Amino acid sequence: MSTSDTGGLVNQALSVRVFGVGGAGGNALTRLLLNPPGDARLTVMNTDSQALNASPVPDKHSLGATDMRGLGAGGDPAMGQAAAEADEAQLREMCQGADLVFIVAGLGGGTGTGASPVIARIAREAGALVLGVVTLPFDCEGSRRRKQALLGLEHLKAEADGVVCLPNQKVFKMIDENTSLADTFEFTNELIADGVRGIWRLVTQTGLINIDFSDLRSALKGRHAESFFASAEATGPQRAKEIVEKIMSSPLLEGGEMLTGAQSVLVSIMGGADLSMAEVNRIMEQVNRRAEGAHLILGAAIDSHYNQRLSVTLVASRFQVDAPASPDTIETQRTVAEDAPEMETHFLKRQESVQHTQRFVAPPPELSAEKTQELLQARGLVGGGRRRKSANAFQQQLPLEVVSKGRFEKSEPTIHKGEDLDVPTYIRRGILLN
Amino acid sequence: MFDSANIIVGLEIGTSKVCAAVGELNENGALSVIGIGQARSRGVRKGEITDSSLAEEDIRNAIVEAEQMADVEIRSVYLGVSGNHLRGFNNHGVHPVVSADREINEDDVQDVVRNAKAVNLPAENYVVHAIRQHFTIDGQKGIQNPVGMLGARVEVDVHVVHGNLNRIRNSIRTVKGLQLEVEEVVFGGLASSLAVLNNTQKELGALVIDFGAGTTEYVVYNNGVVKHTGVLAVGGDHISNDLAYGLKLPLGRAEQLKIEQGGAMMDEALRGKNIALANEVGLPSRTVNCDHLRRIMSLRIEETLQLIDQDLARHGLHEYLRAGVILCGGGARIPGIQDLAERVFQMPVMLGQACSINGLSDALKQAEFATTIGLVKFGSLQQKGKAVRGGLLSGIKDTIGALIPGRRG
Repeated sequence: MSTSDTGGLVNQALSVRVFGVGGAGGNALTRLLLNPPGDARLTVMNTDSQALNASPVPDKHSLGATDMRGLGAGGDPAMGQAAAEADEAQLREMCQGADLVFIVAGLGGGTGTGASPVIARIAREAGALVLGVVTLPFDCEGSRRRKQALLGLEHLKAEADGVVCLPNQKVFKMIDENTSLADTFEFTNELIADGVRGIWRLVTQTGLINIDFSDLRSALKGRHAESFFASAEATGPQRAKEIVEKIMSSPLLEGGEMLTGAQSVLVSIMGGADLSMAEVNRIMEQVNRRAEGAHLILGAAIDSHYNQRLSVTLVASRFQVDAPASPDTIETQRTVAEDAPEMETHFLKRQESVQHTQRFVAPPPELSAEKTQELLQARGLVGGGRRRKSANAFQQQLPLEVVSKGRFEKSEPTIHKGEDLDVPTYIRRGILLN
Repeated sequence: MFDSANIIVGLEIGTSKVCAAVGELNENGALSVIGIGQARSRGVRKGEITDSSLAEEDIRNAIVEAEQMADVEIRSVYLGVSGNHLRGFNNHGVHPVVSADREINEDDVQDVVRNAKAVNLPAENYVVHAIRQHFTIDGQKGIQNPVGMLGARVEVDVHVVHGNLNRIRNSIRTVKGLQLEVEEVVFGGLASSLAVLNNTQKELGALVIDFGAGTTEYVVYNNGVVKHTGVLAVGGDHISNDLAYGLKLPLGRAEQLKIEQGGAMMDEALRGKNIALANEVGLPSRTVNCDHLRRIMSLRIEETLQLIDQDLARHGLHEYLRAGVILCGGGARIPGIQDLAERVFQMPVMLGQACSINGLSDALKQAEFATTIGLVKFGSLQQKGKAVRGGLLSGIKDTIGALIPGRRG
């Protein structure tokens, strides 16, 4: 908490910078410019000077202008990274004195994917809290791009204090099928802009129950956190109920599922003078029920413009569950990123190791030699031979499953203190059967 | 044909079975069970109906069977409800006595209970029960029945059980679809506790755990009143599911294995032993390690009991349980669950048997019928309550009215 220095004035002095990195980042900033969050300074950064010139954002920076001559990174993250590293001194200067730096980027391409982690590192070294707000590509953009994006995300997570990630694919579920391409991108840009605005509002505006910069920092601290973001608005007498439903059904939170394992949840409620305690209670109760084990930070603010209207912004972060984020994995990733051709194999390798740590290993109940042979066949490890029918078909499928909830797959999950009780106890407690 | 006023039917739409029991109140007010019907339940998950047409069919089968056995026509039932949405908490109500002579009458009692029930719940929540605990008159605590006493201010502590209105309505609708009236909805755990506890146990303080297939319900009694209730949407289904997952078996086979070979405690004697499973043609197709089977079951049951234990600890209820823990529901049939529960709760654990009802064959005393029998018991208490209250209220007129055949009490 900001108990020292100037007390209440600290918030006002908060200096916020928003960097739009790469093509998608620039576009999102264009959107953000329509309704900019207070006195935040927006800057677009790109290796492609053409795109940079087209942007209406006044503050521009051409990355790697000397080496690349403004011709773009050509979808190669290594180029983006090199460009940002070449401009390190300039970037450091730009981050000087900033308290909060947003890095807005679309991952998957060259500049956004490669340069964002570098910028995040520089900003963090300059003493700012760094938040990445990024998109992942649509599935139709191809698997290569997707892998590139995921790898970039890993790097950004390692460098930034928190990353709020918006997988574009999930946006599909939120829009009408007949939406035009332009509108779809407009929509994702709006979501990103919303995210930046929401978080900015959270930390800068004084509320009845105030959330400030240090709360956000504590919610996102612990690096490699992945964060999910959702916001919703509702009006009318049933607004509290409606808003909870909207938030919980938001694809960005995977239907509230993402809340279950969250370590910290930040909820900012904004309403008019008619915001009632019961409504706040209502919303928080639902969030609490989903994320019982989480560190909950509540903020509530009254804005006279919000009469009859209620808006909720929710940021949930959890520490990475899938990757064993030991320093050496990050290290290997870094070296590999420089060596692009190997990236793919490395990525696959990493996934495999993840599978082993996560998946429950079948208990081998004293297999006879014949049985072993049979099982290996089912997995395709031993080629040829005759195939048996009934048992094999069943065995074949299981290794592909993640922890399945079996008969409870479709029913309402039983969440107790943030634990999903439908998952077998021994798996949750990590007890191996062998 | 019997007088329908004396026929009380309890219907439980459980996750593994739908069960209906027909009870008869004789002229002395003693209750005996004269028929029971059950059907395998297919449309219920975690205590809530997920497929109403299947559930309807199962209910019909159970009701028809009970009707045949008891030789009565069932017109109305006391319906047991369960599910994760049910919550219980204690509340307090206050009411000033306004009558000139400061005598507390039945209306005052109704009012004070209504005040206690008027809790700030969301609109879609419905209060299933408001169970009276104790009355306080002008600061004097521990009054059981304030009617006829003098005082200026009467207060009451109640235990409120509430749930989601629409989900409760779903069960009611399904039952009404069969042209049956629902007299009242009753929380399943409360019904079970009525069936398995005697008055001494209620007075001493006891915890009743109804370990069902879809949900586990628990009720804490102390000083003869309900202190705490809770529902966990974890039950026998979860055990089967864990086994199916852990041992890589089809669900049906896992369920069978649980019933035939299951147990709540790890057993040294079983270490390293295997069970051969026969396939459709009777040949042994694969083996299952006994140790793994027991471990998976034991962990799940232990966890469920621990969750209850933690909940009791949070409410500081352990010291009230002088009569110990009583287990009922299908889960109580798991061998060794008593020992496991004793280890978790650190107090004596008994298996519950439906008591204080006549005409129960040994089969009906089984733990899994506790809820259904309890529903009948609940119904009989309601019927008696109505008769008594009616008598107090308007004297002779109603008493005579009740004697006229065909009129419902």
